[in-house]
Amino acid sequence: MTRLGLLQDPIRAALYRYVIAQDHDVGRNEAASAVEIQRGLAAFHLDKLAEAGLLEVTFRRLSGRTGPGAGRPAKLYRRADREAVASVPPRSYETAAALLAETVEQAGADLTLQGAAREMGERAGRQRHADVATEDALRGTIMEALNDLGYEPYLDGPVVRMRNCPFHALSERFPPLICGMNHALISGLLSGLDAQSCHARLDPAPRRCCVAILSKNNQD
Amino acid sequence: MRASDGWQLAQVNVARARFPVDSAQMADFMALLDPINALADGTEGFVWRLQTEAGDATALRPFDDDRIMINMSVWESFEALRSFVYLSSHLEVMRRRREWFERMAQAYLVLWWIPAGQLPTVADAKARLDMLRERGASPAAFTFHDRYPAPDPSIDPNQGRFQYGRVDSRDSTPSARGARTGR
Repeated sequence: MTRLGLLQDPIRAALYRYVIAQDHDVGRNEAASAVEIQRGLAAFHLDKLAEAGLLEVTFRRLSGRTGPGAGRPAKLYRRADREAVASVPPRSYETAAALLAETVEQAGADLTLQGAAREMGERAGRQRHADVATEDALRGTIMEALNDLGYEPYLDGPVVRMRNCPFHALSERFPPLICGMNHALISGLLSGLDAQSCHARLDPAPRRCCVAILSKNNQD
Repeated sequence: MRASDGWQLAQVNVARARFPVDSAQMADFMALLDPINALADGTEGFVWRLQTEAGDATALRPFDDDRIMINMSVWESFEALRSFVYLSSHLEVMRRRREWFERMAQAYLVLWWIPAGQLPTVADAKARLDMLRERGASPAAFTFHDRYPAPDPSIDPNQGRFQYGRVDSRDSTPSARGARTGR
């Protein structure tokens, strides 16, 4: 789930596809040029991919020089060998997801899906050490956790919203199914974080995620 | 698909309730009816919805099966309908639909273009649903996913050229100007 979420960003996906297609380890400058973005942005995304295990990192002096004064080694990236999923193009997952969603829809198994999503969210939440000392700290923890799951959270006053749907194509095709899944996943996450003072609510609008996280005290 | 002069969008959906409507398990659904209906009534682009004197359509049983309920409405445009169904509080009802309603094996929702000012009857609704079930999506009976634009505005829906209920279901593109003459 985390890995799939990571490839939603089109720049990140483009960097990933470039790196894995090369026959050599790729440095940040090369990757940045290939995708036509700034070096710093490339570094940010490449490190995210490395963190998630989709890419592996090595350090090597590109100049071939050695010894003191030879310069800092460059950070280089390449496809991670160990994970089979890294070699599967995102499009195959899209096909599988569409088929699985169609099947759940036809079987009327919304509630089963919601249960599974809630459990997944709870597991993700429990794995974090949640800082629930203050409402601000809690919101910060929630936003970090959402980020790890592939969402792009932001604050709208005291309400946590997310910029776009990580499952956009699927949610256009199966809105109640996917929005229900989404809501359950996020509810589960809050439960796993033991964030008792807030809850997830459906609050759909164009071009943003359908879920908002509100404090139970301020019912908008 | 913007609002088309002379045409409005009708929708009907049917669902088989898992429990009797007065049961505890259906209580949340029944409680949401009034607010959701009021929301629809006040939504831009809403034209009409099927209801009895009770203010909603839950008393209607248009099929032999006593558990199958019906909901039908008319809207100015596809966007207005879609926006209400998926981008309002109505989405919450959709999220919980399987608590209250079974998934029907056959097509359970159909959309069709209707001359502005006309109101669809339950008989119309059944006919359109049958059309969709028998032939798949067509300009005469379609779905959110496989949708068709309103008929060519050059067709005056009040002149009788457009045979209401007998649109050529083989059309998969908007008809050219005048193509429907003689039908």
